[in-house]
Amino acid sequence: MTEQARLGALSPQILTVDGVSVSLSGRQILDEVSFGIGAGEFTGLIGPNGAGKTTLLRVILGLQRPAAGQVVVLGRPRSLRHQPVGYVPQKVVLDPDMPMRARDLVALGADGNRYGLRLPSRERGQAVAEMLHAVDAEQFADARVGNLSGGEQQRVLIAQALISRPRLLLLDEPLANLDLRSGQEIISLLARIAREQHIAVLLSAHEMNPLLPVMERIVYLAGGRAASGTTAEVVTSEVLSRLYGYHVEVLHVHGRVLVVAGPGGDPALAPGLAAEAG
Amino acid sequence: MHQVYTAIFEPGFFASAQVHIAATIGAAVAVVCSVTGVFTVMRGQSFAGHALGDVSAAGGSGALLAGLSPVAGFVGLGIAGAATMDVIGVRRLRGRDLATGVVLGAAIGLSALFLYLTSVTGATTGAVAQVLFGSIFTTTSGTIPAVVILGAISLASLGVICRPLLLATVSPDIAVARGVPVRLVGLLYMLALAVSVGLSSLATGAILSTALLIGPAAAALRLTKRVARAMGIACLTGVLAVLLGVLLAYDSYYWGSGHNGLPVSFFIVSIVFITYLASGLPGLREGRRSGQPAQPAAAARHDKIAA
Repeated sequence: MTEQARLGALSPQILTVDGVSVSLSGRQILDEVSFGIGAGEFTGLIGPNGAGKTTLLRVILGLQRPAAGQVVVLGRPRSLRHQPVGYVPQKVVLDPDMPMRARDLVALGADGNRYGLRLPSRERGQAVAEMLHAVDAEQFADARVGNLSGGEQQRVLIAQALISRPRLLLLDEPLANLDLRSGQEIISLLARIAREQHIAVLLSAHEMNPLLPVMERIVYLAGGRAASGTTAEVVTSEVLSRLYGYHVEVLHVHGRVLVVAGPGGDPALAPGLAAEAG
Repeated sequence: MHQVYTAIFEPGFFASAQVHIAATIGAAVAVVCSVTGVFTVMRGQSFAGHALGDVSAAGGSGALLAGLSPVAGFVGLGIAGAATMDVIGVRRLRGRDLATGVVLGAAIGLSALFLYLTSVTGATTGAVAQVLFGSIFTTTSGTIPAVVILGAISLASLGVICRPLLLATVSPDIAVARGVPVRLVGLLYMLALAVSVGLSSLATGAILSTALLIGPAAAALRLTKRVARAMGIACLTGVLAVLLGVLLAYDSYYWGSGHNGLPVSFFIVSIVFITYLASGLPGLREGRRSGQPAQPAAAARHDKIAA
């Protein structure tokens, strides 16, 4: 963890995950996962399907209690009362008949946890307009959210998460249901927001290649274990083989990174690897 | 002119105490149901709403058998049913229909028993029709305060939880992450729903209660893309449907020579149904209209889907 200590000295630590282990119905999902994220850093949480990415995000959000270890956000232990974390879940099904404009959904991000009727507020309206502007969603601000495309909905959901002014934004597989171009747009949008608003972004994905240009740090999750650092440090045959527990090869092909089961590895044990290579 | 007037409002309509009571209770129930119904339709819980109608039927028939106030029966057992559904899993998407169906089956069985016993003891004639298909013309003015107070409690609780409930409706995950007690909010909503459905059962009968809950709300959701407006539109159509239904049922005494009035629930439900069909007419639906400057992207896509 000397690497982490070095990074921690460079920028204030927003998130520290320290030795987190989680077992669900007798199966070990996370095994002593540790890493840290500094302010304004863009971090990719990469790993094959079933590696425990969603579980890890749920632990960071405080929705899942770890069996061991702890999560510290902004120097405080994680709690639901204090909300410095924005969240965009993997699956948000927005019905086309839902009477809600993109603008209304963003406003709910601001005060959806408050009780009582909402009073009209110019301040809130302005904050909503600013957020819609920040995610380039102004042109469909008054459309029903259910009628928007996947990429447009993703932007509205990001604005919804950002309006509470979090220092850390978590996104669970935001690229999963997007076509390549929409995915690229979302990634560059997030990179810009991280830079401009100094928000740390932790984004999970099973494919690392679209993130390579913007990712400052990578947390690679496999077999319940994690390795973190820069891509150059983590995405090596040596580190990933240790995580997977068998030999994998990291290939660089035309600027893309492919992780494939090596000669000694058992491809049948690694269904996620095929996806990564594809 | 006078002839047209008397053709619309048959003699004694405005003077009839029964009409006053029916119109007051009906309008109050319509407002409560319409507001609740918007959440019900958004949350996709129409089936739960219908099941609660059957549960309150069991309560209504039980109250009839025991000689209690029908309001207490309809609403009381509805609340118990909602709590049961929550406990056995209505909040989980997968278990939801299952929990609802199980409670619904038990409730209908209970109604069958109560109504049989009522008919055997012969205490009340027409008890079955009254519980299942409504009895708004036979309610007494004494029930008005109970209906208004229960309705107000239901609306007030929805007012308190409206924002967390909306957020939890859009995404339970986001709501939980924002610190919303999603389970508690869902339970409070179910209780408000039980009260609304119980009141609706009183007005239109247990079997038809869903119509007043779902119909105006479903029509309103097609007409606007804002929740508050949807509630306003739903209230307006709901209240109009009830008042028009009461008027037509009253007038129906004078249709034909038999002087047998037709059931008010039939008129209310038919008007709600026609309103819902009309709300789907092309051009009415908001978001489908062309020439809306604010949303070219969505409008274009929508046209593609429609085409």
